[in-house]
Amino acid sequence: MKYRSAFDIIGPVMIGPSSSHTAGAARIGRVARTLFGHQPKRAEIYLYGSFAKTYKGHGTDVAIVGGILDFDTFDERIPSSLTLAEQAGMEVQFTVEEAVTDHPNTVRIKLFDDEKEMELVGISIGGGTIEIIELNSFALKLSGEHPAILVVHNDQFGVISNVTKILAQHEINIGHMEVSRKEKGKMALMVIEVDQKIDQSLMDDIAELTNVTQVIKMVD
Amino acid sequence: MFKNVAELVELAEKENVKIAEIMIRQEIEVTGLTREAIIEKMDRNLTVMEQAVERGLNGVTSVSGLTGGDAVLLQKYIKSGKALSGHTLLDAVSKAVATNEVNAAMGTICATPTAGSAGVVPGTLFAVKEVLNPTRDEMIEFLFTSAAFGFVVANNASISGAAGGCQAEVGSASGMAAAAITEMAGGTPSQSAHAMAITLKNMLGLVCDPVAGLVEVPCVKRNAMGASNAMTAADMALAGITSRIPCDEVIDAMYRIGQTMPSALRETAEGGLAATPTGRRLEAEIFGKQSK
Repeated sequence: MKYRSAFDIIGPVMIGPSSSHTAGAARIGRVARTLFGHQPKRAEIYLYGSFAKTYKGHGTDVAIVGGILDFDTFDERIPSSLTLAEQAGMEVQFTVEEAVTDHPNTVRIKLFDDEKEMELVGISIGGGTIEIIELNSFALKLSGEHPAILVVHNDQFGVISNVTKILAQHEINIGHMEVSRKEKGKMALMVIEVDQKIDQSLMDDIAELTNVTQVIKMVD
Repeated sequence: MFKNVAELVELAEKENVKIAEIMIRQEIEVTGLTREAIIEKMDRNLTVMEQAVERGLNGVTSVSGLTGGDAVLLQKYIKSGKALSGHTLLDAVSKAVATNEVNAAMGTICATPTAGSAGVVPGTLFAVKEVLNPTRDEMIEFLFTSAAFGFVVANNASISGAAGGCQAEVGSASGMAAAAITEMAGGTPSQSAHAMAITLKNMLGLVCDPVAGLVEVPCVKRNAMGASNAMTAADMALAGITSRIPCDEVIDAMYRIGQTMPSALRETAEGGLAATPTGRRLEAEIFGKQSK
C-alpha cells in the first residue's frame, strides 16, 4: 500500500498552493538535503512531466529549494527561498526536461560541494506523499517518512548479515529493507527503514564493517 | 488494515463503532503512537483548517490576482436572506471557497487530501457544525472518517490530479466529506459508503485543467461545487437512497478513467479551460508580469 497513515490523507499542514507540486516538492528537496548531510554549495534541479509544465504556477521551484534549505512544508520562508538560497551562498540551476517519465511529477536533483556530489530522483505521488526512486543511479524506494539507514557497500557475501547483526545488537527492528546493486560483485546499496531512533554509535559500528564504504542516516 | 470500503464498513458494523474509530485504531497499530498523540495531531490539523476558513472569510487575494474575495461575497449574500439553496449548503460552499482562496494566496492550509481540494472537507465540516453542534472530539472524528475513505481511494485509485485528473482530487475530497457528514448526522457506516459512492459517481471524468498551471481557476469554484455535491449526497444517503453501483466499484471506475485520461487534461495546463483563449491570455498576462 502506497499510503499507510490517516495523516497522509488529512495533512500535511503546508504553504499552498499544491500538495503534490509544492509540499511534495519541498519534501523531496528536504530528503535530498538530509541524504547529502548538509547544505550544498550548488544544486542542479531537473523537472519532468507536470512538474516541468507547471512549476512556476505551483511554486515547485521555490518549494524544492526551500526543502534543500531544510524548510518543512509549512515553513513561511518557502515563497522567498530563491533569495534566501542566494544569500546563503547556494547556487541553484533549473532545467526543464522534455523526456517522458513513468510518473508525471518527477524531479532529478544533483547536489554538490567541494568534496562530493549526490544525485537523486524523487516522485510526488499525490497529497504531499513522496517516494525517492533513485539515488546515485541505484534504484530504490524510500518514503522519507521513517528513520532509515542507507549503506553503500561492496557486493560481497556476508555484508548484509553483518549489518543486520549489528541492528539486532542495538535492538533495532527493521520495518522495510531492500538491496540493489549496479553489477554483480561491484557497488551495492542497502536501504533499511527501521522503527526505532538511530544512534550515532550504531552508525559508527556499521561504518567499521569490512566492505562497507558509506553509511547515511535519515531520520524523520 | 482495511483494503476497501466494503471491509471498512464491515469492520465498523461488526465492532459496532464509528468509521472514525476504525481509522484511529489502525493509525495506532501502524504508527505505534498512543491514541492521545494521534488525536492531538488531528486536533492541530483541525486548528489549521479553522484558521484558514476564518482568514478566507475575511477576504484574501492571490499573488496572481486571479482569485480571492468570493467567500466574502457569498457570506454577504447569505446574510441578505435572498439565498435560494439554503443556508447550510451555501455556508459550506463559502467556507470551502474561503480555504481555497487562502491556499491560492500561498497561505497555510491542511491538505485534505490535497491542497487543490483542501476546501471541501473543512468547508462542509464548519457549516454542518452550525447545525449539529458537535463536540471538539466529534469534529476530530469527522476528519478521521474522511481520512478512512480517502485512504481507500489513495491506495486503490489516486488522489493526484497529475495522475487521475480533478476527479481524483476534488472528487475524492467530496466523497470523503459526504461520508463524514453522513456519519456526523447519525448515519450508519453503510450509509456513509453510499454517500461517498453517490458523490464520486457525479465527479467521474472531471479533468484537471488549471489556467496558467495555477491552483486557482477553476480549482476554487470546483471546491465550491465539491462541497455542495457532498452536502446533497449526504442528505440523499440519510434519506435512505442507495447507490446501485457499490462504492468500491465506483472508486475502481475512477481509477480506470484516470488511466485513460489524456495527459493534456492531467495538471499539465495544456488542455481544457487552460487552453481556452481567455485561459491562454491570462497565462500570458501573469507570466509576462512576473517575468520569470
